[in-house]
Amino acid sequence: MTWNDVVFLLPEIIISIGASLLLLAPVVGWRQRETSAKWSMLILLGITALTVIGCSYWVQEIPQSRSLAGMFALDGFAIFFKLIFITAIAMITLLSDDFLRESRYSVWEYYSLLGFALCGMMFMVSGMSLISIYIGLELMSLSSYILAGFFKNEEKSTEAAMKYFVLGAVSSGILLYGISLIYGVCGSLNLLDIGRALSTIITNDALMFGVMLLGAGLCFKMAAVPFHVWTPDVYEGAPTPITAFLSTASKAAAFSIFARIFYLALHDFQLDWSNVLATISALSMVLGNLAAITQDNVKRMLAYSSIAHAGYALLGIISLNSLGLRGVLIYSLVYVFANLGIWATVLMLRRHEYGGERVDDFEGLSRRAPFWAFAMVIFLLSLGGIPPTAGFIGKYFLFAAAIQAGFGWLAILAVLMSAVSMFYYLRLVVAMYLREGREADVAITRPLQIVAATCLIITLLLGIYPTPLINQATESSRWIGARAAIIPHAGR
Amino acid sequence: MAANYSVLLVAALIVLSLPVLTLFVLAPLVRASRPNKVKLEPYECGVPASSFAFDHRFSVRYFLIAVLFIIFDVETVFLFPWAIRFKQLGWFGAVEMAVFLAILLVGYFYAWKRKVLTWV
Repeated sequence: MTWNDVVFLLPEIIISIGASLLLLAPVVGWRQRETSAKWSMLILLGITALTVIGCSYWVQEIPQSRSLAGMFALDGFAIFFKLIFITAIAMITLLSDDFLRESRYSVWEYYSLLGFALCGMMFMVSGMSLISIYIGLELMSLSSYILAGFFKNEEKSTEAAMKYFVLGAVSSGILLYGISLIYGVCGSLNLLDIGRALSTIITNDALMFGVMLLGAGLCFKMAAVPFHVWTPDVYEGAPTPITAFLSTASKAAAFSIFARIFYLALHDFQLDWSNVLATISALSMVLGNLAAITQDNVKRMLAYSSIAHAGYALLGIISLNSLGLRGVLIYSLVYVFANLGIWATVLMLRRHEYGGERVDDFEGLSRRAPFWAFAMVIFLLSLGGIPPTAGFIGKYFLFAAAIQAGFGWLAILAVLMSAVSMFYYLRLVVAMYLREGREADVAITRPLQIVAATCLIITLLLGIYPTPLINQATESSRWIGARAAIIPHAGR
Repeated sequence: MAANYSVLLVAALIVLSLPVLTLFVLAPLVRASRPNKVKLEPYECGVPASSFAFDHRFSVRYFLIAVLFIIFDVETVFLFPWAIRFKQLGWFGAVEMAVFLAILLVGYFYAWKRKVLTWV
């Protein structure tokens, strides 16, 4: 480790020191200062974001694969995702503010855990070795388990945490077993070394088994069928801002490492895993969307919708071409912001302790809060992938990538399932605009307005004028694309 | 390849059969068998057992102490190899270990101030 490595790790160092300080603040007598917790967190996130941007200029000069003995890379891909994570966590901080104030739980520990989860995600997305990716993943997961059960006196929250923890621990075990088999065959944990080793190995049962176990572990983290069973229960039971965290930042983190591992390490091995992943993707889209139709609880409905979205994101990984890699980047960003906007609107509908959890709670929202009802429609259209919104751009790239890679049937299925998804998204729109009945009970606070407005601007602006996003995604995927030999536009 | 592992298999069978043989075959032949209620109770520090384990809930402090123990146990595991290579690692190693200890101390300080160590 040298000073260069310290610069590489500076954002992670800052966020971990900051999160530790947030943990210590309540025990030195700041317990009651709940407003300062929010501001400390936001300032910490601001400093981290600036450091990430600063680092991105510094490291242009240094060979990127050679930091920390090749375990850590600060390439465009990592920086793109790190900035998404930081923005998402900042928004979740704003979403949590009122929600926590009404509860009796300590806010400092909450923000500290969010900080550690962010540190894990940032470390993970830069991981160039399976072991550093695993450590980042565990840091994120352990923080998420605690956060899911943060309302420890509520039965649902505890149940969610317990289910999440037990299943998560099993999936981590499976992931590690896969990693150890891959290490046994390839003799290295470094993604680039594994890639090189695989170009000479023809076929090998142990390797196949290892890749499948690794894929299964990652599919659990991104909640793809058949590893999705925890999702609805955990999403329903966790405190709503934490559900927002699990369905946006945490999910984008899973997309990012999935893409990094499969593009960098396993590209020469594609024929063996692409059909399996294509099946998983198809199952996720079908089951996620069909199960969402019958849900009356909005949190469960969005949980099934997020399972379907994991299926769409997998298209970009299976196709293994330049469009697919850029599609994963664009789709993650678009998905995160549309979803955060939806969660902000759900939180506006709070009655008593719970958010607008039932579809019925949305009834009459268009009369009580016409603007935010309109924003909700835009977010839902974006998730469904309807043209004037950013969601269309994301889906366009993923579907085009699948067609280019010869997975036409999967692209057709994805389009059909997007149409199905519009059905249950429109249920919410119908409830908001057409249902007579009780007036929606709303508590529209300033932080929620800021989050929803920002997400609305991003979703609409990138939908109407997507060129900067596409250019940035092209730029950010350059390094990985060159390593995976998929640039320029060479369909495999 | 498989032949090398058969040695391990035989060794594993021998190791597994030892406790089974001594506990369930050899011991019943040698020992006198006069069971009574007290003898059949689980051992609890040599005092009469107050209740069954599943009858009442344990204080969460037991688990917190256990977790704290694990943290410092693992810390020691990392300290030993570091101490052996102390001279070669030089100042950089010393600073790194100080950072590592500081991170652990944050958790310890937090637990201490949250009164985990106060036994009521």
